[in-house]
Amino acid sequence: MYRTAKGEEIFVIDGHTHFWDGSPANQKNIHGKQFIECFYAYHANLSPPSEKWEKEKFEKYDAKTMFDDLFVAGYDDMAILQPTYLTDFYKNGFNTTERNAAMKKSHPDRFILNGAFDPRDGSKGLEHLHELSEKYKIKGVKLYTAEWRGESKGYKLSDKPSYQYLEAAQKLGIKNIHVHKGPTIIPLNRDAFDVADIDDCATSFQDLNFIVEHCGLPRLDDFCWIATQETNVYAGLAVALPFIHTRPGYFAHVISELLFWVGPDKILYGSDYGIWTPKWLIDKFMAFEIPADLTKETGSVLTMETKTKILGLNAARLYGIDVEAQKKKIRAGGGYAHLPEAVHAPL
Amino acid sequence: MSERVEQGRPAQDRRIEERQAQVWACLQGVTDPELDESVVDLNFIARADVDSTNRVHIEFRLPTYWCAANFSFLMADDMRQAVTALEWVEGVSVVLGEHMYADKINAGLARGLSFQETFGAEADGNLDDLRRTFLIKAFQRRQVALLNHLTDMGHSPEIIVTLTLAELGCLPVGDEGEKLVRRYLDRRAVVGPSEADAPAFVDTDGARLKPDGFSAYVSRLRRVGVNAEFNGALCRGLLSVRFDLETPFVPRAQGSPASAVVQHEC
Repeated sequence: MYRTAKGEEIFVIDGHTHFWDGSPANQKNIHGKQFIECFYAYHANLSPPSEKWEKEKFEKYDAKTMFDDLFVAGYDDMAILQPTYLTDFYKNGFNTTERNAAMKKSHPDRFILNGAFDPRDGSKGLEHLHELSEKYKIKGVKLYTAEWRGESKGYKLSDKPSYQYLEAAQKLGIKNIHVHKGPTIIPLNRDAFDVADIDDCATSFQDLNFIVEHCGLPRLDDFCWIATQETNVYAGLAVALPFIHTRPGYFAHVISELLFWVGPDKILYGSDYGIWTPKWLIDKFMAFEIPADLTKETGSVLTMETKTKILGLNAARLYGIDVEAQKKKIRAGGGYAHLPEAVHAPL
Repeated sequence: MSERVEQGRPAQDRRIEERQAQVWACLQGVTDPELDESVVDLNFIARADVDSTNRVHIEFRLPTYWCAANFSFLMADDMRQAVTALEWVEGVSVVLGEHMYADKINAGLARGLSFQETFGAEADGNLDDLRRTFLIKAFQRRQVALLNHLTDMGHSPEIIVTLTLAELGCLPVGDEGEKLVRRYLDRRAVVGPSEADAPAFVDTDGARLKPDGFSAYVSRLRRVGVNAEFNGALCRGLLSVRFDLETPFVPRAQGSPASAVVQHEC
């Protein structure tokens, strides 16, 4: 919960969090080592010095640390757990649905558990998707179209097998398809991290929402074009947001382009925890204004209303969260006990 | 040590130094296709040496272990071509360090293979098409920077669209503007004929820009520029976390992941 100086309460849903194990003990090979090191480089490069973690903590953090960073020290009210399997790099996977499910089980009101699928897994994978749906009632999945599987170095969402999975997701009520289209992946060819396949399936699956994580960076230009044309394509801010500290000028450009092309109703905040933590990201975001010259050029303004949508209301809509009811639940569970007394003012 | 050698060395050193400077000047012209910035300015080149037999040895590294193999290959290939153009060069070796495909790319480069030949079935994209895609983006980015500059100087869209390339060359635009004009002209031929009387400002199909819809056109191009600048900032940052940029780098030993592990923990 973020409280403004005037006492307005902003409900925050973190669209992108991870509960990973990238420790040396879990690394299968050099790729596993390089993967977590690359994440660490993002963390070290873009975090304010005071928020920088030791490498060891970054490789593997425990559930309590995560809970505190998100909900006690941080302003998140809820967080979406996005899995990242990477079973070719890590013995037990990097951040599987099962690992995340334990976290969700301990704090059911705080987490939204997402699953994952990979169309290259064939009918077995489809069965697994049904199991995930039955067992966890998932409403979203996270996909890595550039993930390695043996000899294959990626797939497209517009491939025929992908369509079968998307059809199954639609039937199971898994409406939110988060697609990693961003940096730090392993594309051999541009196609594997191109955003064009989103265009194709967003048209074919009008009932599904496609949340393009990292807003397609480093393909922001291609992404904006697609998002403009499709009503069911959203931008996830993870990776773009931390630039607010190191390169506020660039962040201003990115957010004003997104507001101009994609619009305030289709942008989702995400910390990408543990790469970055919500506290400083949201402090900076709430204090941020788009410079006047950019506003003049793009007409984009970050109003309080827009910030509220980006920080929580847009995700609440996608995941069917009744914000007031959820706040009550969290308050009843003592979730706001750490906040100053004033916050508990009766509704 | 004989006197003859003592005397001969400074002259030879000077020649090597001059040649080394020529190599760096060539590399300055090689760009990262996505970022449209020089690989030298991006700090990608760790070493560019000339030996006594006029062979050039280039080593480079990238911001992440995962940087796209096709772009990596493309840059290496561009480096090799640029340096080979120097007439005294007897041979060029280009080696990529600390990359997941380092061994494969380096082996392909050493044997003079194409990207396709190096990666086989997994490389289903044509590198020439990719190169063209990014040349067009570079053209767009350079064009929008120049158009913004000209508009800021008070030139109206009506006038801007009528300019020929020759007229653009004569336009007083200030020091900053001259740099932008030079950069733009370097990529102008990517999209169409560029003789003196050709229109200075054309779209990617080579058609002259129109005053109607000028600002909408500029807005669309703006995204390309923002994207490239954002990526540039990200790549510089990641490179600086990954490598101590002050000390020359040591390329990863061929086919030996173990040595990379040791190196990384230093």
